[in-house]
Amino acid sequence: MRYIEPHAHMVSRVTDDYRAMTLAGCAAVCEPAFWAGFDRSAAAGFYDYFRQLTDHEPQRAAKFGLPHFSWLCINPKESEDVGLAREVIALIPQFLDRPNVLGIGEIGLNKNSRNELKVLEMHVDLAARHHQLILVHTPHLEDKLKGTRLILDVLRADARIQPERCLIDHVEEHTVKMVLDAGFWGGMTLYPETKCTAARAVDMIEQYSGERLWMNSACDWGVSVPLAIPLAALELRRRGHGAEAIDRLIYQNPVRFLSQCSKFKLPNEAVTPV
Amino acid sequence: MNRRELLDLYYLEARAKLIDVAAFLDRLDRADGAPDFRLTAFTQALTQLEPGREPRVERVLASLSDPTTEPIAVATTKAACGAWPGK
Ligand SMILES: [Zn+2]
Repeated sequence: MRYIEPHAHMVSRVTDDYRAMTLAGCAAVCEPAFWAGFDRSAAAGFYDYFRQLTDHEPQRAAKFGLPHFSWLCINPKESEDVGLAREVIALIPQFLDRPNVLGIGEIGLNKNSRNELKVLEMHVDLAARHHQLILVHTPHLEDKLKGTRLILDVLRADARIQPERCLIDHVEEHTVKMVLDAGFWGGMTLYPETKCTAARAVDMIEQYSGERLWMNSACDWGVSVPLAIPLAALELRRRGHGAEAIDRLIYQNPVRFLSQCSKFKLPNEAVTPV
Repeated sequence: MNRRELLDLYYLEARAKLIDVAAFLDRLDRADGAPDFRLTAFTQALTQLEPGREPRVERVLASLSDPTTEPIAVATTKAACGAWPGK
């Protein structure tokens, strides 16, 4: 079995996780910029984080022959301070040429505030100006439904944005349809308690064709499961899905979306998008 | 998969979760002090398990969601709690 982990916060994980993921068939890992669990005190903290994501972390993954890609932004949890966000966003263009950077993400909303929306619009503008792919974080729990609607409004209001180049992550049953109907890709996050179980992800795949869907673990510094995708593959198998259908979901789909960035190249033979 | 196969696959797991919910509500009953909006939201969400036009899971998720449409003035917390406290 081969799979892509399209959303994992590896800076928060131990090296054993890289080993376990590679053993399980992981062919590439993609790491969006995220909240550290505490607020960084200055833009310089983000500068170092971007160095970590574009330089140090790929080297850690390379020890296991695992290609590592990243997405850059100031995350929605730190977007209430628009002044800080403006400083951080100004740092990003100098990193966009790094060989492992796929685009702008994970941007989006957290509590659906006016300032978060302002910073989201700034990121969308940045992505449009630099022709970058976009990875969107949708809010947690009670804030997800409203936040997803607001995010789709922002993306649809910018005529430069092509929906097929944006992935809206952490969809659940009450948001997946609006995301797919609007032409975007959807990500289902297999995360304990607050997001989606493997069984529910398979339900959505069975109801929505799976053409523009991927799964991710979003493993981070919280209680989370770096092997959530291979475990979901097992769930798909228990539900009667064949090897080719499973490969399409956990490998070919992410390759198809991510290959829209020319820097997404995998070293081995079997990477031709299908 | 047919209904029988799905029951074979998921019945015991769903049964265990159902009993956990029952035990959780009993635990709350035995405890002292006033509950908060989360218990009200949870109890209302339980009523969405009845058959209806929309799928149960969508109705449960919607009933635990902020129903408003305008952005809030300012984010005073980063956390979400899983139920909407109301205005
Ligand atoms: Zn994330």
